[in-house]
This record gives sequence, C-alpha cells and structure tokens, in this order.
Amino acid sequence: MPQAEGARVQPETAARVEYELQLYYWMKLIRAFEDRVSRLHRQNKIMGGVYSGAGQEAICTGICAPLKDGDFVAPLHRDLGVFLVRGCDPARLMAQLMGKETGLSRGKDSFLHGGDMEHLIFGSTSMLGSSLPVAVGAALKFRMKREKNIAVAFFGEGASSRGDVHEAMNFAGVQKLPVLFVCENNRYAYSTPLEKQMAIDDVADRAEAYGFKGHVVSGNDLLAVLEVSERVIAHVRAGEGPALIECKTYRYRGHSEHDAALYRDQEELLEWQTRDPIPQYELFLEKKGHDLKHIREQIDERTHRVVQEAVDFAEQSPLPKPEEALEDLYAPNSGAVSKAK
Amino acid sequence: MEMTYIKAINSALMEEMRRDENVFMMGEDVGELGGAFKATEGLLEAFGEERVIDTPISEALIVGAGIGAAVLGMRPIVEMQFADFISCAFDQIVNMAATTRYRHGGRAECPLVVRAPSGAGIHGALFHSQNPEAWFTRVPGLKVVAPATVYDAKGLLKAAIRDNNPVIYFEHKRLYRSIKEDLPDADFTVPIGAAEIRKEGTDLSLITYGGTLGQSLDAAKIVEKEDGLAVEVLDLRTLLPLDRDAILATARKTGKVLVVHEDRLTGGIGGEVAAIISEHAFEFLDGPVRRLCALDTHVAFSPPLEEAILPNTNKIVDAIRSLAAY
Ligand SMILES: Cc1ncc(C[n+]2csc(CCOP(=O)(O)OP(=O)(O)O)c2C)c(N)n1
Repeated sequence: MPQAEGARVQPETAARVEYELQLYYWMKLIRAFEDRVSRLHRQNKIMGGVYSGAGQEAICTGICAPLKDGDFVAPLHRDLGVFLVRGCDPARLMAQLMGKETGLSRGKDSFLHGGDMEHLIFGSTSMLGSSLPVAVGAALKFRMKREKNIAVAFFGEGASSRGDVHEAMNFAGVQKLPVLFVCENNRYAYSTPLEKQMAIDDVADRAEAYGFKGHVVSGNDLLAVLEVSERVIAHVRAGEGPALIECKTYRYRGHSEHDAALYRDQEELLEWQTRDPIPQYELFLEKKGHDLKHIREQIDERTHRVVQEAVDFAEQSPLPKPEEALEDLYAPNSGAVSKAK
Repeated sequence: MEMTYIKAINSALMEEMRRDENVFMMGEDVGELGGAFKATEGLLEAFGEERVIDTPISEALIVGAGIGAAVLGMRPIVEMQFADFISCAFDQIVNMAATTRYRHGGRAECPLVVRAPSGAGIHGALFHSQNPEAWFTRVPGLKVVAPATVYDAKGLLKAAIRDNNPVIYFEHKRLYRSIKEDLPDADFTVPIGAAEIRKEGTDLSLITYGGTLGQSLDAAKIVEKEDGLAVEVLDLRTLLPLDRDAILATARKTGKVLVVHEDRLTGGIGGEVAAIISEHAFEFLDGPVRRLCALDTHVAFSPPLEEAILPNTNKIVDAIRSLAAY
C-alpha cells in the first residue's frame, strides 16, 4: 500500500482539520447513499440499472475534493459519489434515480445519466468512454477563455479499450489541455478480468504515449489519492497539460444490482474488503487524536438524516406526466446569444 | 456580391466568427490548408490558431470536444472532411449531442454545428460519395439541413450557427463550384424548418433537396416546354424537422407527388415524405407518391455504374412523365 506522507504532513490548521473531517463525511455519505440505493432497488422503488460504487468512495472523494467552482466533471456510471462531492443536491439525485419529475433529468434518463450542469456535472450516456472527448472540449473552452478551470473525466479500465479514449487523450496531449483523466481500475469490466482486457499492467502507462504523465495510486487509500490529486490537479490547473491518474480499486458488488458476480473468487473480494477505504481513513483520524467514536456517531447520524430526507423528498415527488415525453428535446432559440462570457 | 456555393459557406463562417467570438472552427486540415475543399480558407489568418483548430484524424473527438465546448456556452463548428466519415462520429452525434438536453432535463444546451460535405457525382466512389442524412433524420434532438442554393448555403449555415441545438449541415460537394448567385451584402439567415417553393405549378409536385434540386428544376423546364406540364418544385431545405405544412400544401394542390433525392431509396427521406402525404392528404391524391432516388446499392466508381445508380435530369423527366400519365 503506497504511503501518502504528503497529505499527512500538512500544517495543522483548523481549516485542514475541518477539511479532513469533511472528507470522512463524504465517504460515509456516499457509502450510506449507495447502500440505501441498493436496498431501494431490491424493494423495486428504483428500477433499471443500478451500478454501485461501494469500495471506490476514496476515488470520487479524493479526486473531487481539491476541485474548485467552475471545474467540469464527467463522471462514469459508478460515480454517484462525484455527484455528491461536487455539490449536487442529494434529494434531487435520489429523485433522479426514482425517475421523478424533480430528478436531474426530470424522469428522462435513468441512474447517473441525468447530469447537473448547474454544478458542471455532465451526465454520461451509456456508451463507455464517450465522455472523454466531451471533457476535452470543456478543457478547450477553459483554455480559449483563459479560465483557470479544469475538466475531469472518469472512466473504467474497461472503457479504456475504446477508441474515444485514445482520441481524447491524444488530442488533449497535442493541445496540452487542462484536463485530468481518472481511471478507476476495479479489475473487472462486467465479468471480464483485467488480463483479458489489456496486455499491460497499468493503464497509466499509456499516458506517456500521449505526451503526458500517468500516475498509479491505491484507489482505496484516500490519503494516497489526495496526495496525488492535489499535486496533479495543481499542475493541470497551472497549464502544464493533461494528466492521467489510475486508481487501483475493486468493486464490492456485482457489475449492477442484477449481477451476482459469480465469476469472481470470493476470497479476492474478502481480501479487498480488508483494504476498505473507510476504516483505513478512520485509522488515520484516530492517529491524529480525534475521538473517532464520537465523530463516527455524529457523522452517521448526519448521513442517515441526509439520505432519509433525500428518500422522503424523492418518494413524495410526482412522477412526470406522460406528455412530458416530448419535452426537453430542443432548446428554444432566444435570439442567437452566445452563453460563454 | 456574386459568389459560389463554397464561397457562401466560407463567408458565412467568416461573418459568424467575426460577429460572435464564441464561434470557433475545428476539424482536419481546416487551418493552414483551409479545408480539403477550401471552405475554411482564410479563417486561420483572420482568427488565429485558437479559433481555427487543426485536429488529428479523430472524428469522435472532433464532435465530442465540440459538445464539451458547446455545453459551456461556446458555438463550435466542426467539420467532417467528407460526410462519409461522419460514421466514425456517429455515437457522439446520435447518443451524446442529440440527447444532451433530454438527459439533463432541459437544463443544458448544445449549440453545435457539424458540417458534412456530402454527395456523389464527382467520381468519389463508395467512401467519398455518400449522402448519410437519413441516418440522422430520425434522431430527435438533432436538426438536419441540406442547402441546395448559394443563398441557402449561407443563410442556413448562419442559422445553424445561431441555433441553440446540434445541427448537421450537409453541404453538397458537386454544388461547391458549379452554382453561383448574387447574394445581398447585408446579414441574412434562412429559417431552419422551412421548405421553399422553387417553381410554382399545378399538374404535379416534385419534392427534393440538396444535390438534386438543380436537376429537378431542369427536368421541370423540359416537361413544361415539351409536354406542357406545370410542375411545382418544393425544396425541403431542412430535413429534420420536415416542413410538413409545405409538403402537404403542395400535395393537396397538385394531387401527384414525385420525391427525388440522391440518397438511396430504401429508408431515405422520400419514404417519410410519402408517408406524411398518404397519412394526411390521401383524399387529395390522384396517383401514387413516387420516389426517384439512388439505386439501393453503394455509389460505385466506374462512370457507367455511377450513372446507372444516381438520379439525373433525364431520369427525372421520365419519372415526371410516367406519373403525369398515371
Ligand atoms: C460502448 C459500451 N459497450 C458496452 C457497454 C456495456 N457495459 C456497461 S458497463 C460495462 C463494463 C464496464 O467496465 P469498466 O469500464 O471497467 O467500468 P466498471 O463498470 O468496472 O466500473 C459494460 C461492458 C457499454 N455500456 N458501453
């Protein structure tokens, strides 16, 4: 397990302590939210495809925590955590999953396909890897407008085999754009293990071929992710060109809630569960002298409340009306004004 | 000022980039070379490398990056070097761009223009002759236009750039330098979604667009002179959304409709036009809605094959006479 000394020797400002507790809250909120989503799926309250990111919370948290207002993120299908950390209202997110009128896509698309452009969270299509060119275009805009923002595109190691990923990284490298590529390598693309997906060990190795740096990090160790992300994001933001961070991780649940994942070795799962990001981080908090029991109680109470309020809001929200099926297809043309400042 | 179709495209690009600094151009060889057909000639000199971007051969990236910039308020115009290569960006267009607003519950806009030089008749063979418009005209969220005149080439491109939705702009390669027109110096646009009557008539309606408008007008003149037939020619101009009112009005007026397009017959726009007419103007018809289109094959290279496959003025004349006699 790589050590993350960088993050550990930060000066002990009150703000830093608060930040570290906020990180804990986010990981716990993601876990609690997703646990509830799995349960709601079993109860038939959430229909369609549900892709749990349980076990991968440190990635969404550690990559998004150093981001700033105005940064653009393109999450993958398992990145519910990205929505929460980037500021999407949990209630609207839950309503989205339930297909409600108040959801991000107003019932139009399922699960995480409804984006939240108010927070510059771009909703993905199901076509894996296709968000990377879009993130590159967002980065192009930031550069053209001399904005100090960056774009972040998340993708699985499975998606990394798609041509769109190559096209996006190649162009980002040529143009030295402010875009961060984040590979969440959880060792399986649905049932297909790593060995059948690529002939190399690290997706990060590919970055060099595109003219930028690839970093490998343990995606289950929040401090390790943060150590790399804070540094790399600062470089990308400073105009030093794109970067790729590959986070090695493991998904706990099946590919989707329908998948029992019988193709995996149970021992492999148990082994990875000993590296769960949440207890690892708790150990760190304890070492720093926090009263963990107290903090955990407080945060559990808070996440439970937020999730329950989200469920209540979503359940009480109306379903869309049938005639809305034809809405939101086209934007009105209010006189050819460009939006970008 | 008198100009060619390609010059009209070029001047629309120039004027729109000057008018709005958020408009930019991206594609293969669009900068230094000025595009494979010179549509973007002079843009690099006028606006610099940041707004006239030469890309690698990466159609999915070109469209995808256009989408990313568009949702942040830019107005990218991306070029497919040939419309044939649009298939490499198919997913980005039909799944990504077309659904952006829908999946975001109406809270996103994607003002993107994809320019696609299409069409046959230049010995381009299978992969430089395609008319792929019908792959896109059944995708809600997109708009599709296909100008047939110099005026429309300019006016529709300007309208497409100013539209808040993804628009695919099919420009016909055979028209680039073969037609000329005197255009007003003042700014103008052509509304997306509006067909235009190019010639009034009472005996028969010929509905067409893009590369076959010129041939259709020639054919209409021939039958007028030789057979005394008054053919009404309707230029669709926009293929998505179709101007149903204009289609139905001409069908009701003449009672006989021939649809002509350079795209293949099966699954082409003509089938949709025929269906609209038979659904909503059946009782006005004096004959079957007929279609004259490319044969259901690939656009072959060798001249006798190409000629056999594509519509032309003589074939249109024959089709008009046959339908008129029905
Ligand atoms: C282009 C494309 N092909 C196939 C699928 C079906 N599919 C959905 S998720 C998935 C596996 C994805 O693996 P990975 O990219 O590693 O992400 P993970 O699910 O492991 O997080 C597949 C094959 C898809 N969504 N898109």
